[in-house]
Amino acid sequence: MIDWLNLLIGFLIANLLGYGGGPSSIPLMYQEIVPHYHWLSDAEFSNMLALGNALPGPIATKIAAYVGFEVGGWVGLGLALIGTVLPSAIGLILLLRLLAKYRQSSIVKGMTLLVQPVIAVMMITLTWQMAKEPMGTIGIWQTLVIAAIAFWAMERRKIHPAIVIVAAFIYGGVVLQHYV
Amino acid sequence: MKPHLKDYMDLGVSMVRTGVLGYGGGPSVIPLIRHDAVKRYQWLGDEEFGEILAIANALPGPIATKMAAYLGYKSRGILGASYAVIMHILPSVLAMLLLLSAVNLLAGSRVVKGMIAAVSPVIAVMLGVMAYEFAKKGIKGLGIIAGILFMLLALLLLEILEVHPALVIVLFLGYGAVHFRAIARFRNKRKRPDREGDHL
Repeated sequence: MIDWLNLLIGFLIANLLGYGGGPSSIPLMYQEIVPHYHWLSDAEFSNMLALGNALPGPIATKIAAYVGFEVGGWVGLGLALIGTVLPSAIGLILLLRLLAKYRQSSIVKGMTLLVQPVIAVMMITLTWQMAKEPMGTIGIWQTLVIAAIAFWAMERRKIHPAIVIVAAFIYGGVVLQHYV
Repeated sequence: MKPHLKDYMDLGVSMVRTGVLGYGGGPSVIPLIRHDAVKRYQWLGDEEFGEILAIANALPGPIATKMAAYLGYKSRGILGASYAVIMHILPSVLAMLLLLSAVNLLAGSRVVKGMIAAVSPVIAVMLGVMAYEFAKKGIKGLGIIAGILFMLLALLLLEILEVHPALVIVLFLGYGAVHFRAIARFRNKRKRPDREGDHL
């Protein structure tokens, strides 16, 4: 019982304090999972993180599912996921409903406009972070050529991104495994 | 098919697809969600998507599930929101549980490392294209000089002074709320240069 409550509270706190999406809340989840509640050891945590990073999909919910299931079975899994997802989802929906009511006002229009430069800069940063990783492992030329082909396929030929991603997975799994 | 059944179908397919293809945590999935929401299913316009992304970024918690919840809510209310989030996280949650035993094997796998290395440049291109489109929209609305100045200001605050992103967004939103009034006042003063404070 107390484990279930702790799971809900632990994941609620870690994700309420984690700004900037799942990856930024990893250190906070670590704080709750290892030193605070002792649900996992340090080694178990890093193995779990490695597996979580190897699998696709949002990272925060993968960690919550794993720890929740380890500690409290299926109920634990459900509660850890609710703590992770629910508060921020409700917050977003409520805020956007409020905003939709005043959509035509010049105040909301100004806010919508001024937020674009910030998002653009955040996207540029994210682009750089995403591009930096493979440059270290497969080198700058491989990275640039893959990026150029991806750009041509998605922006010029209008091929669906999912197809391009699957193609990249295949190329990476078959060819690049010899270079990493 | 009944219209609401089709809504659930589209929503489910899109959420599973973006959940399975997004590597490297929430932020990398944003371009995929945008492609489905804006271009493929046209649940909302590009501008609204940018607005939601901004507000979602200003709130704490995982980003992908916030976007999933909003898209589900917009299409089918509270039930749609729960459904979208579950569909988005289900495949990876199940895979995580199934692969518990294979932790070490998979994490050290060269094939997996190769796959991640190959997909990162693709995601980078998608993020780069999005960055370009947001920048273009900002410049179109603000004018070229103000648009670039605001971007440089955001860059300075976020990357050099390392101000918390939520704070930067709140700051820009705050100015945005009075932006059109400020412009109107500025224009009025220009028309009557004899009044005090005629230049900014």
